[in-house]
Amino acid sequence: MAVQVEHIKSIPYFAGLSSAELESIKSLVFEVEAERGKLLLLEGEPSESLYFVVSGAVKVFKTSADGKEQILQIMRPGEAFNEVPVFDGGLNLATAQAMGPVVIYGIKKENLETILRNHSKVALNAIRVLSQKLRHVVSLVEDLSFRHVNARVAKILLEYASDGSGDRQRLTQQEMAAMAGTAREMIGRSLKDLIDEGIIRLERHRIVIADKEALKKMAGMVA
Amino acid sequence: MRMAEAPIVCPVIYQDKCNGCGLCVSVCNCNSLILIQNVIVYIEASQCGWCTQCEAVCPTGAICCPFEIVFEGN
Repeated sequence: MAVQVEHIKSIPYFAGLSSAELESIKSLVFEVEAERGKLLLLEGEPSESLYFVVSGAVKVFKTSADGKEQILQIMRPGEAFNEVPVFDGGLNLATAQAMGPVVIYGIKKENLETILRNHSKVALNAIRVLSQKLRHVVSLVEDLSFRHVNARVAKILLEYASDGSGDRQRLTQQEMAAMAGTAREMIGRSLKDLIDEGIIRLERHRIVIADKEALKKMAGMVA
Repeated sequence: MRMAEAPIVCPVIYQDKCNGCGLCVSVCNCNSLILIQNVIVYIEASQCGWCTQCEAVCPTGAICCPFEIVFEGN
């Protein structure tokens, strides 16, 4: 499918531009389609383009040496990814993967520079978008640095665990994140840590606490 | 006597919150979801593997995958 102005218009980077401006930008935009699971960018590789999600969702994540995945953000339609290497000339900071079939628009670095020089509104929009991303990343850094999330998640699991009698309350990862005062991405990571340590296991819609004492210890509930 | 089968637990859909964007359908690994008249519905709840990707991508909180939390043996 050809690049459409309507899609470009819905991208925050290009908010507030006239139809004529959007038309001129359109000629510098290329489209990429990808299937579920396709790696769109690889951490540590060079890349030359900024990308915007048009349809579908893209997972942006980092992988540790021992294979642990930390999701930085899930990008939805209108959202951009891969700004850092495009603006600072370095390598990709993270890997990006299609979570389902996706359509993305790309703009090559040299063309982006032309757009920024010719349309000051795009530069201001870019600063706003980057500031929002910095806010999100700082919040993740806070969680990862102080390392209290696993303890808070352990406490929530113990508080909401059913002993089999009465109604079983159910919790989503989003609700756990709100209770723990963290991002949903951090809950996924914490649950994975607990699974890796053999303290809990997932059975489809059930979290089974396999080692109650270890969970209590993690929650700081035992001396 | 035949034992009754336990009902299949499904992710929870709040149709009034659904904006019809279809992101959940696009990320669903087991093709359990479709949009009908721009609102999300199940077609194959039994195939849902509870990967929670639909919940993760939904921008409006219209679909969620709540977990029961139980102690081993209960």
